[in-house]
Amino acid sequence: MSEIIRARDLVKRYGTFTAVDGISFSMRPGECFGFLGPNGAGKTTTIRMITCVSPVTAGELTVAGMDVRREPRRIKAILGVVPQENNLDPDLSVRQNLRVYGRYFDLPPRVVEERIDESLALFQLSDRQNDRIASLSSGMRRRLTIARGLINAPKILVLDEPTTGLDPQARHLVWQKLRYLRSQGVTMPITTHYMEEAAHLCDRIVIMHQGKIIAEGTPLELVERFVGRQVVEVHVGEGERGPLLDRLAAAEGLTAEEVEDIIYVYVRAENGFDAAALKLDAAKVVYRQANLEDVFLRLTGRGLQE
Amino acid sequence: MTAIAVRRPALRRPDVSLRALRVWQRNRDVYLRLWKSELVWPLVEPLVTLFALGVGLGGLVDLGSGQSYIEFIAPGLLAVWPMWSASAECGWGSFFRMENQRTYDAIVATPVSIEDVITGEILWGATRALISSTYILVVISAWGLVDSPLAVLVLPLAVLPGVMFASISLSYTSVAWSISSLNYFFAVFITPMFWLGGVFFPLERLPEWAQRVAWWLPATHAVDVYRGLTSGNLEWSHLGDVAWILVAGVIFYNIAVLSMRRRLVK
Repeated sequence: MSEIIRARDLVKRYGTFTAVDGISFSMRPGECFGFLGPNGAGKTTTIRMITCVSPVTAGELTVAGMDVRREPRRIKAILGVVPQENNLDPDLSVRQNLRVYGRYFDLPPRVVEERIDESLALFQLSDRQNDRIASLSSGMRRRLTIARGLINAPKILVLDEPTTGLDPQARHLVWQKLRYLRSQGVTMPITTHYMEEAAHLCDRIVIMHQGKIIAEGTPLELVERFVGRQVVEVHVGEGERGPLLDRLAAAEGLTAEEVEDIIYVYVRAENGFDAAALKLDAAKVVYRQANLEDVFLRLTGRGLQE
Repeated sequence: MTAIAVRRPALRRPDVSLRALRVWQRNRDVYLRLWKSELVWPLVEPLVTLFALGVGLGGLVDLGSGQSYIEFIAPGLLAVWPMWSASAECGWGSFFRMENQRTYDAIVATPVSIEDVITGEILWGATRALISSTYILVVISAWGLVDSPLAVLVLPLAVLPGVMFASISLSYTSVAWSISSLNYFFAVFITPMFWLGGVFFPLERLPEWAQRVAWWLPATHAVDVYRGLTSGNLEWSHLGDVAWILVAGVIFYNIAVLSMRRRLVK
């Protein structure tokens, strides 16, 4: 099978509000596929339709060749889900959480116990297995939630903002585990706000905005296509900005954007920015690599999305 | 291009399976882990009530039928405490699982359907009622307040009012917007049934209109049947009570499923 998840003209409406507005995408087996976008872009709604918990309003959505409308139970049997909010059972121990979850899949107890041992070891939770959830750090809870999502050895692991709220150490540990899972051939649809996370993990990305997909590609492609290689941030006084913007507009291979007190210059070519030629004081110029965040902000705007 | 017919979720037939038992098992596991604190209330309160009302107040009461007051209230309490257990489980308990712990969200991400979750919750509520019935039956038997071996039939029968009360409670929970809004249900519905459902005095003491209202209260029918079984005086009208409980149970089970689906499937 060349595509494991396929959406065609997928729509989700809540009353008159359109949360997902006719999107199409397809995911290949073993791929880590990122959904990026500001709050309210429709990422989580899309994920909820894939996991068969939110009914599709219109369009087509299949998971492993099965229609989400017709075979939700069979689809959910091959999915692992890691939700945005931790919803572990606080009254049960670490091990009991996994055991109870395994039962929902009607797995034989012996298989579940074996998988629990493997999972606890993989996620470095073996010595905490009899502890209560309340005693775990947020990083451990996240790892446990991922371990729980893997209890049915899913073909597809759906991750909704897997590292939100974690400190850098905990985040890197989660990334390391997710990279390992990807190397094991698990398909991973993932939503995230963190561009670094997307660049780190995702083979391909779609950027969503107001319910639509506005760009698609590998992280590198997207950066090259929408931003270029380098970004120059220029801090100049109000009076100098107008003439500078005119000079930049005349220059070859540069795109300039004025945002409050900074001018961002996106540079297509290698060494394409010549500060001296633009009569710029070097102290006011910061050079850096173009990254996904630049793509994201250029495409979805810099306004606050609330 | 072929149009895809999208059925509205509200019209979909409930998708219930045996996986409901997995939800029941989950609740059982949590109960077994917390059993000490879960048991304190249901163990202590019946003893205190029997002592205070049965022994204390009962000494001042002459029913005129030769029956002592404590004998009169025992079968009633056997009916209404399980009502409390089932209702509290599917009221505060279910609301807490649904909204605070997001347990339902976690479960429906697996092959368990939302209808299975609701069914499992109701079966667990009924189980709590059964646990409570068993305990109280043991207590009142030991106290010598049971006259007929037919009282044993209370145990298999207790599942029916258990399912009914759990379903009624979960139906209310499905439209409750906060945990404190459940107070309306318990204050306006459950508590009046506890006091006015024929447990503490014969309903004939009430004015005609109040008796007619009492017929519409689920607890009244459970109290009636249990009185018949513990005293051994069964009448045909008790079959009517059981039928009433069955019908109400089926109706509210369906309301709970549909209304919960409306709330949770979006």
